[in-house]
Amino acid sequence: MENILEIAKKKAVNGERLSLEEGLALYNDNDLLFLAECARKAKERKSGKEVYYNVNRHINLTNICTSGCPLCAFQCEKGDKRGFTLETEDIERILAEAKTVKNLGEIHIVSALHPDKPFEYYLNIVKQVKNALPNADIKAFTPVEIVHFAEMTGKSVKEVLSILKEAGLSSLPGGGAEILSDRVREIICPKKATATQWIHTMKTAHKLGIRTNCTMMYGHVETIEERLQHLITLREIQDETHGFQAFVAFPFHPANTQLSHLKRVGSWEDMKMMAMFRLMLDNIDHIKAFWIMLTMPVAQMALGFGADDLDGTIGEEKIIHAAGAKTNTGITKSRLQKIITEAGYIPVERDTFYHPIREGE
Amino acid sequence: MFTNEEYKDIENKILNGERLSREDGIRLFHCKDIAWLGAMADYVRKKKCGDIVYYNVNCHVNLTNICTSRCKFCAFGRDEDMPGAYAMTVEQAKDVVRDAMKDPNLAGLHVVSGLHPTWSFDDYLKILQDIHDEFPNLYLKGFTGVEITHFSKISGLSIKEVLEKLMGAGLQAIAGGGAEILSDRIRNELCPNKATADQWLEVARTAHLMGLKTNASMLYGHIETLEERVDHLLKLRDLQDETGGFQTFICFPFLPKNTELGKTIKQTSMWDDLRTMAISRLMLDNFQNIKAYWVMLTVPVAQVALGFGANDIDGTIHKETILHDAGATSPTALREDTIIDIIREAGRIPAACDCNFNILRKF
Repeated sequence: MENILEIAKKKAVNGERLSLEEGLALYNDNDLLFLAECARKAKERKSGKEVYYNVNRHINLTNICTSGCPLCAFQCEKGDKRGFTLETEDIERILAEAKTVKNLGEIHIVSALHPDKPFEYYLNIVKQVKNALPNADIKAFTPVEIVHFAEMTGKSVKEVLSILKEAGLSSLPGGGAEILSDRVREIICPKKATATQWIHTMKTAHKLGIRTNCTMMYGHVETIEERLQHLITLREIQDETHGFQAFVAFPFHPANTQLSHLKRVGSWEDMKMMAMFRLMLDNIDHIKAFWIMLTMPVAQMALGFGADDLDGTIGEEKIIHAAGAKTNTGITKSRLQKIITEAGYIPVERDTFYHPIREGE
Repeated sequence: MFTNEEYKDIENKILNGERLSREDGIRLFHCKDIAWLGAMADYVRKKKCGDIVYYNVNCHVNLTNICTSRCKFCAFGRDEDMPGAYAMTVEQAKDVVRDAMKDPNLAGLHVVSGLHPTWSFDDYLKILQDIHDEFPNLYLKGFTGVEITHFSKISGLSIKEVLEKLMGAGLQAIAGGGAEILSDRIRNELCPNKATADQWLEVARTAHLMGLKTNASMLYGHIETLEERVDHLLKLRDLQDETGGFQTFICFPFLPKNTELGKTIKQTSMWDDLRTMAISRLMLDNFQNIKAYWVMLTVPVAQVALGFGANDIDGTIHKETILHDAGATSPTALREDTIIDIIREAGRIPAACDCNFNILRKF
C-alpha cells in the first residue's frame, strides 16, 4: 500500500486531479522545490512558454462602504475624511489620460459598496467608459458588488448582469471570494455576499456568457483545509461552467485592517501556495501572479512556480496600497517584458480574454 | 525529483556527489529551469547539512565609515570631511554593545569598518581588546581580509603577526567581506585602493593555517560577467581544498542606491539572487554552510533561499548600517522570534550558533 503522500506526489508529477487529502499531504510535506517543479510542468502543459500581461488601468470608484469588512484597509464609513467617490467629471479626467495609453486593453473597475449611490451610477460609468474607450474591455464589479446591486434594485443577479453586459461590461474580476466558507466569512467579512451568493453570481455570469476570474485571500484566520476546500469549490464551479479564465490569489496584508494583530505570511508560503494553486486548479487555464500584492520580485519568482500571468501595467491602484503594500502603483511594459524574459518565458501582451495582441495594432 | 534532460550530465554528477567543472557552472547560469536548479541545490544541502538552519543573535559594530578605499560599489565609506562621517571612540563602541546587551540572548559581535586614514593598527586593536575585556562572554568575529591587509600595511607587521595580535585581543573568526569578485580586472575597475585578489586570499590562507576560521563572500550583480562569478567561486573552492578553513559562504547582491556605480547599474532580481545562491551551493562542494544574508537579499528572498541551498540566515544584527546606506529596504534588525518563524515556515529547524557554528540553542 502506498501512503497518501506518495500517491499525491505521483499524481502531481503526472498532472492528475488531486483530492483535498492529497493536496493537504503535499502541503504538509513542505517540499517547496518539488511542488515548484510539478507546477512549472503543469503551467507548461497549459500555456507552454508563454507568460501573459496586459496594459490596463484600475479605477476604484469609491472607498465608502457599508460592509466594513475586518479584512479591509481600503474602506471607510460615510463622513470619514479619507472617503472619496468619483463623479462623472473625475471619470472623464481618468479616461482622458487612459486614451493616451497605447494599446490600452482593459479597464478594471472595483469599488466599495456605497451607501447612497444607486445602481444607475455604476451603470452610467460603464456606459461612459465604453463610450470613451470602445476598444477596451471593461472588467468590472466583483460578485460582492453585483449582489449589492441586486439587493439595492430588487432585481435578480441575472437581470443586473444582463443590464451591465448590455451597457458594455465584458467580464467580471474575481474578487470578494476571500475564502468561500461561512465560518471564515463570519470573521473576516460578515456583512457582504455569502459564499453561496458569490458562487451563484459566478455561475449566473458564466451562463450569460460573461467570463470571470476567481480569487482567494489567504493568510488570515483560515485553516489549510479551508484553503484547499476553497480551491476545490472553484474547481467544481469550473467543471460545471468553464467560465473562469484566471485565478488570482491575494496574500492577506494585515496592516491598517481590523485584523492587524495577524502576521503577513512569509514568501515561502506565497511561493508554496502559488505551486499549490497550479496543481489543485487543474481546469483553470491561467494562474496570475498579481505583482501589486506579491511585490515584483516574488511575482517574477512565481513564474517558476506555476504562474503564467503577471497582470498588467495598472496605473493607479488604491485598495491594496491602503493596506500598506510597498510596491509601485504602476510599471512599464518594457519592464514587464524584461522580467518575463529573464524567467525564460515569452512575454505575450493579451486582452481580457487572453487573445494575444500583436505589436503595432 | 524531476530530471532535466538538457542538464542530465550535470544532474548525474550532483546526484553522485561529483565535482562540477567551470563549464558546468557557466552552463548552470544559463539554466532557466529555476525549480530544477533549486531542487538540485536543496538536495545537496539536505544531504550535507540536514534540516538545521543557523542564525546568530548578534550585533554589528562598524567602528568608522571613514575610509581610504572609497570603492565604487560602496555607499558607506566617506572622506573624513564629508557629512555623516564618523569614527567611534572606545566608549562609543562599547555603548553600542551595551545597548545590544539588553537582549539577554546576545551571543556575539560582528565588527567591520572602514580603512581609517589616521588610525593605527593599535587603535583598532585597543577597541577590540577593550570590548573583549568588558564583554568576555561575547564571541568576536570581525575584520575582513581587506582590513587585515590594511593593518599589515600600516603597521609594517606581517599578516600572520597582525592576526596573532587580533587573536590575542579576543578575535575568534574573520568576517567574509571584501572578496567582492576575486579578479584583478574587476578590482582595478571598482576597488583599486584596497587588498588585491591575491592579498585577500593570502589573509584567508594565513588565518586558516593558524587555526582561525574565516568566511567567504561574493559581491555580484555589478560589472562582472557570469564567467567571472564562476571563476570567483572556483578560487574559493581551490583554497578551501587546500585549507578547509572557510566556514560559510555569503552571496551579496550589489545594492546600487547611493553608490557611484549605481548610476548605471540596476539591482539584481530575485531570480538572479536565487539562482546564484543555488549555483554557489552546487559549485562550493567543500563548503559546509551557505548563508542567505537577509539584509541584502531582503527577508522574503532570504526565506525562499533556504529552499535554494542555504542553511544559514545570518542574525538579528541589532542595527545594520553599511547596507542601509546603500538603500537596503530590509529592516536594520530582526527579532529572534521573527527569525525562528521564518525558518520554521520553511519547514526547517532553527539553531542559534556562535561565530564558529557551535550550536548554542536549538528549537
